[in-house]
Amino acid sequence: MTVKETDELSGTETTGHEWDGIKELNSPLPRWWLWTFYATVVFAIGYSLYYPAIPLIKGATAGISGYSSRAEVAKDIAMAAEAQSGIIERTRNSTIDQIATDDELRRFAVSAGKSAFKVYCVQCHGSGAQGAPGYPNLNDDEWIWGGDLETIHISISHGIRNDQDDDARLSEMPAFGVDELLERSEIAAAANYVLKLSGQEHDAALLGEGETVFADNCAACHGEAGKGDREQGAPDLTDAIWLYGSTPELILTQINRPKHGVMPPWLERLGDVTVKQLAVYVHGLGGGEDSEPE
Amino acid sequence: MTAMTDHAAPVETIDAEAVNSKDNRELYAARKKVFPKRASGWFRGLKWWIMAVTLGIYYITPWLRWDRGVYAPDQAVLIDLANRRFYFFFIEIWPQEFYYVAGLLVMAGIGLFLVTSTVGRAWCGYTCPQTVWVDLFVVVERFFEGDRNARIKLDAAPWTSNKIIKRTMVHTSWLLIAIATGGAWIFYFADAPTLFLDLVTGNAASIAYATVAVLTFTTYVFGGLMREQVCTYMCPWPRIQAAMLDEDSLTVTYNDWRGETRSRHAKKAVAEGKLVGDCVDCNACVAVCPMGIDIRDGQQLECITCALCIDACDTVMDKIGKERGLISYATLRDYNVNMAIATAGSETVQPDLVRPDKSGLSPSLAQTTWRSIVRPRTIAYTAIWGSIGLALLIALSLRDRLDINVLHDRNPVFVLLSDGSIRNGFEIKILNMIPQPRTFRIELQGLQSATMSVAGSNENLGQSFDIEVPSDKLLATKVFVRMPRDQITATNQSFRFTVSEIGGLEQASYDARFEAPEEVIGK
Repeated sequence: MTVKETDELSGTETTGHEWDGIKELNSPLPRWWLWTFYATVVFAIGYSLYYPAIPLIKGATAGISGYSSRAEVAKDIAMAAEAQSGIIERTRNSTIDQIATDDELRRFAVSAGKSAFKVYCVQCHGSGAQGAPGYPNLNDDEWIWGGDLETIHISISHGIRNDQDDDARLSEMPAFGVDELLERSEIAAAANYVLKLSGQEHDAALLGEGETVFADNCAACHGEAGKGDREQGAPDLTDAIWLYGSTPELILTQINRPKHGVMPPWLERLGDVTVKQLAVYVHGLGGGEDSEPE
Repeated sequence: MTAMTDHAAPVETIDAEAVNSKDNRELYAARKKVFPKRASGWFRGLKWWIMAVTLGIYYITPWLRWDRGVYAPDQAVLIDLANRRFYFFFIEIWPQEFYYVAGLLVMAGIGLFLVTSTVGRAWCGYTCPQTVWVDLFVVVERFFEGDRNARIKLDAAPWTSNKIIKRTMVHTSWLLIAIATGGAWIFYFADAPTLFLDLVTGNAASIAYATVAVLTFTTYVFGGLMREQVCTYMCPWPRIQAAMLDEDSLTVTYNDWRGETRSRHAKKAVAEGKLVGDCVDCNACVAVCPMGIDIRDGQQLECITCALCIDACDTVMDKIGKERGLISYATLRDYNVNMAIATAGSETVQPDLVRPDKSGLSPSLAQTTWRSIVRPRTIAYTAIWGSIGLALLIALSLRDRLDINVLHDRNPVFVLLSDGSIRNGFEIKILNMIPQPRTFRIELQGLQSATMSVAGSNENLGQSFDIEVPSDKLLATKVFVRMPRDQITATNQSFRFTVSEIGGLEQASYDARFEAPEEVIGK
């Protein structure tokens, strides 16, 4: 049996709920609170009509405002593009050396180049441009085709050993072993000589033969001293950096059956501005060389 | 069927009531209008001063200027959200120094403990913006419509042209105050004179107008229409503050040990030989109350302790030649002592115990003394509050205005160069935290044979180089550190970047590591 209870002190009816002897008063809610609640309901109805709100089987109601967050993003992107259009136009109209010397253009190019690199280049060169066996590390100061801005720009524009671009860089080392251009012992001697060139452990007894084989077969591209030739894309064999590894076995393998890396041409695909930005970014990774004075 | 009727027991009438039937409940209560009468007295005077000072601070502060040189804004108090800087006179705070603000908030919290445990809900009664603006709105209301009785009369009157004019004036004034309130707020976030011009010429950002509109609406509704409803129903503060009170806190108290039995015809009653208290039941305390309560009902949730009832009652006591303080700031402890004296163990108050010689109050009654203010609890709060304040001041006066952060390149961690040397890349961030460009020297320490170069240039900078950092900016520079192979003795060598102000004294440093692959060690 429910009995209406009244709190003695306040004269207010209680709800009958009791906690540790304390009873909850059944005080009426302020009326404006109710009106506020109704106002939120009205607002919710208006909001649901104005904005996309009610999910349907396919999509949702469009709302009379026609708002879409996708369009909002598109607008933001368009605004950002609009804001960048000036500096992009200036990049387009500047030579790569001008970009590198203009602080604003250079900073923009480095940022833009970094993003483009993350999309198009990291698959081979790695996310930090650190490379991998067969894929050059772009942070260091060893450049097969040249490390100044202009040369890097050309390498990116046309690519290397691809058949899409007639201006692609091209070089091919003969397969001295597989094609039987040299005897096994000659190859071993040449490899031993290359180890000596780069200051690694080698067999002194084989040096004489190796030097001869090198002078006859290798020096045409890699140079008498093994310093390489960037015109021909022949790597420097005297330094510490090895694209395919520096151990005797790997050097032997490379002479016997050389591997050749391929890079696609990017100019047509990415456009002039992005390629310039990529070149500035790659040049700034730490190994970029100064442009030769004209 | 008849058989059933014959054998059925008589239907029992249950003593029950539908407690939730429509007639029994009032689910929603309409607001009862409160028409506070003008009070005058010491507390009203204090409140006028506090109102003038707080409103003055609020409206004038954004217009104060403070010269910081050409590189920083000259607004004394400015929250520059776009550039993430907070300026307060001679102090400039960067986002990472926000703990100063956090410290101030902690102080505000402990200050609230202190104030509440000492003088009850003084925040509510004197300085809360809701109280101050309602007070201001009531002034406007009184100016156009008159005091309490006139307002009650006008409110009940039909909508004549006179009423329409008066009400229009009141609401227009309220709206103007509300607009000024919302307007002043946004001046804290931008250069006030510029923003003011932009606002009136229609050139300000839409967010500025939206902010003004929202604050205008809330000021108008809360200060003009809702008033005490905000305190009673919307604000969590009263509940929190009530928990901080103890028996030594001063609260606005009706001293019923002295007031009861209240009588409107005291002289007649005395003549008849009845004992009556000091309260003449004139309802002055009720009429001035902005919360619409009767303080004589005792401590209650709605009371914001604005003390206007004290003023009202004191005025009446003066008039009838009784001591002031029938309603007064009193502690629960004193109240209980006095109540014990007044009742002497009986159920009711006996006025002859309070006034044993029929004239003055009994000297044995407890009086509020400084002891209710200076006691262990308040001393502890003051000590904590002061210590935090002191710590903040010391930290503020010793803080660095130069900082260096170094991020070691993680990808790749090191780079092998063609001559066999190893290079590590570092992103060095120098924070020049004063509004003045400065030149700093960055130096390598503890890496003897290493050399530095800056990204984008092949110039060998050796062990140190100078760099200019713009005023009040963070400058990030990519620095390469290069070590010859034969100098590398471990895969991980500790060293330090130091940055020191050229032509100044400030210095900062960062402990970094030079990493190398295992294969190059000792070669």
